[in-house]
Amino acid sequence: MSRNAGGMKLLMTLLARVGHGLAPFVLSTMLAALPSAAAPQTNQNQVVDPDASVVKEQTLLQQAPRIEGRIDIPDKKASVLMQPAGREWDYFHEVILHWLGAIVILGTIVLLALAYLVMGRIRMSSGRSGRKIVRFNGFERFSHWLTAVSFVLLGLTGLNITFGKLVLLPVIGPEAFSAFAQSAKYVHNFVSFSFVVGLVLIVALWIKDNIPRKVDIDWVKQGGGFIKSKHAPAGRFNAGEKLVFWFALGAGAAVIVSGYFLLFPFYLTNIAGMQIAQVVHAVVAVLFVAVILGHIYVGTLGIEGAFEAMGTGEVDLNWAKEHHDLWLEDELAKERPAALQGQPPTAPAAPAAPAE
Amino acid sequence: MARMKFLCDADRCIDCNACVTACKNENEVAWGINRRRVVTINDGKPGERSVSMACMHCNEPPCAAVCPVSCIFPTEEGVVLHSKDLCIGCGYCFYACPFGAPQYPRIGNFGSRGKMDKCTFCAGGGGEEQTGSIEEYKKYGANRLAQGKLPLCAEMCSTKSLLAGDGDIIAQIYKERVLKRGYGSGAWGWMTAYREEASA
Repeated sequence: MSRNAGGMKLLMTLLARVGHGLAPFVLSTMLAALPSAAAPQTNQNQVVDPDASVVKEQTLLQQAPRIEGRIDIPDKKASVLMQPAGREWDYFHEVILHWLGAIVILGTIVLLALAYLVMGRIRMSSGRSGRKIVRFNGFERFSHWLTAVSFVLLGLTGLNITFGKLVLLPVIGPEAFSAFAQSAKYVHNFVSFSFVVGLVLIVALWIKDNIPRKVDIDWVKQGGGFIKSKHAPAGRFNAGEKLVFWFALGAGAAVIVSGYFLLFPFYLTNIAGMQIAQVVHAVVAVLFVAVILGHIYVGTLGIEGAFEAMGTGEVDLNWAKEHHDLWLEDELAKERPAALQGQPPTAPAAPAAPAE
Repeated sequence: MARMKFLCDADRCIDCNACVTACKNENEVAWGINRRRVVTINDGKPGERSVSMACMHCNEPPCAAVCPVSCIFPTEEGVVLHSKDLCIGCGYCFYACPFGAPQYPRIGNFGSRGKMDKCTFCAGGGGEEQTGSIEEYKKYGANRLAQGKLPLCAEMCSTKSLLAGDGDIIAQIYKERVLKRGYGSGAWGWMTAYREEASA
C-alpha cells in the first residue's frame, strides 16, 4: 500500500505540471490504472537481477540429460553443450564391461574345462560303423565357415578394443599396440560385412530345421547329448543346436544393427544413441562370445565325431544314430527309393554319392 | 603446481565467437574442426545465455579412461593432452566426453575419422615432438603454455567472460565478480568437469 501511496505522490507532482483545467479529468483516468502504472516506476529503486529468467545449469540437467542450444557451425552434434552421461558411459565401459566381460568369458572357459574334466569326450558308444552319410553339403559348410571365421576375427578384434590395453599393451608397448589396434579396428569394420552375409545364409538354409518341435522337449528331459548311456531323440538339429541357432540369430541381429550405428556415426542417432548402441553391442557381443565358446567346445572336443559334420560334411552312421536318430531315419528313407531304382539293393549306401 | 582450468562467465559472454576464431587462427586447425564453440541456451527467449565451450580438462578425464590405446593423459597441470601417433580414431573419447570436445578430421564412416584433435589448452601435444618445435605446432597447434602464456581464446576475450588459468585463481576472480555485481548463473560445466562449484 505504501508503494501505491508513493506512486500517487509522484503522479500528483507530474500532474501538477499539466494544465489545471485538465487535472481532474486526467487524474480520474490515471487513478483507475494506478496499480499497474505505478509499479514499474517504483521498481527502479530496487536491485535489478539480470539472471532472474536464466535457467540454471542444474535445473536444465534435471529436466533433460543433455543441455542443448543453438550453434553457428554446421556440425549439429556440437549443439550439445554438456552431456554428463559421458561419465556414466565411461563407468560402463571401464568398470561394468571389464568385469562383465572377464567374468562371463573366463567363467565360460572354466565351466567348459570342468565339463571336459568331469564328462570327458563323449564318444560314440557303439564305435564307428565305417559307413558315412552327408550331414552338411558344401554350400552349407561354406556358409558356416564364412560366419565362423568372421565371428572369430570380429570377436578377437572386438575384445582388443576393450581388453587390449590391459592385456596386450603392457606386453608389446604403445607403438606396436596402436598399430595393431588400428589394423584390428579396420578388420572389425570390414569383416562385419562377411559376417552379415554368412548369418543371412545360415538363417536361410537352416531356419526350417530349427523350428522348435515336441521332440525337443524329450531331448531336454533326457539330458540332451550329455548322458552317455542315453541317446536323446533329435531331428536334423537337436534342442541345444536350435538354441544356438536362435541365439545366433537374435544376438547376431543385435550386434549387426548396433554395430552399423557405430560404423556410420551420428546419421540416425545423437550422442545418447551412440552410447546405447555401444552398450548393446558390447554386452550382446560378450554373451555371444561365451555361447560360441560353448558351441566350439561341443563341436570339437566335447562330442566325438561332431566336427566331421562341418569338416568333411559327412558323419559316421553310428554318430548320426546316436545324436540325430530321427534325421537319419528320414535321410535313409529318402535314399532307399533312389537306390531301388538305379542300383541293386545290396549296394552299400555310397558315402560320397549323395553329396554331389 | 597450478591446476589449469577454463571458466566461462555466461553472464558476460556476448556470443561474438572471437574465442573460436582466435583458437582456429592460433592453432591453424584443419577445416571443419572446432576445438572451441559457443552454444546459446534458450536462444531468443528471456534469460538467453551463451557459453563458450571446449575441452574442460576434467578431473579424472573420461576420454582418457575409455581410450582403447591409452593415448590421452592429464599433465601435471591437469591439461589433458593426447598423442596423435597412437590415436586410432575409434571415436570413443567423443562418446565419453561430457563437453563434446574431441574432434575428427572426417565424418567417420567405416571408422575413417582420422586422428582425434581437441583443445590442448594451448599447451602443444602429448606426442614425442619436442616442446615448442615446428613438428609439434603442425600436429597439435601452439604451445603458449611453454612460453608462459595462457590460451589465446581466453586471453583475447573482449568481455573477459572466458577465463583460463590456475583453477583457484579464476574461481576467485569469478566469485568476486558475482559478489560485486550481485548475480551469477554459475560456472557452467564445473560440477561435471571438476566436481566443484565456482559460485559465491
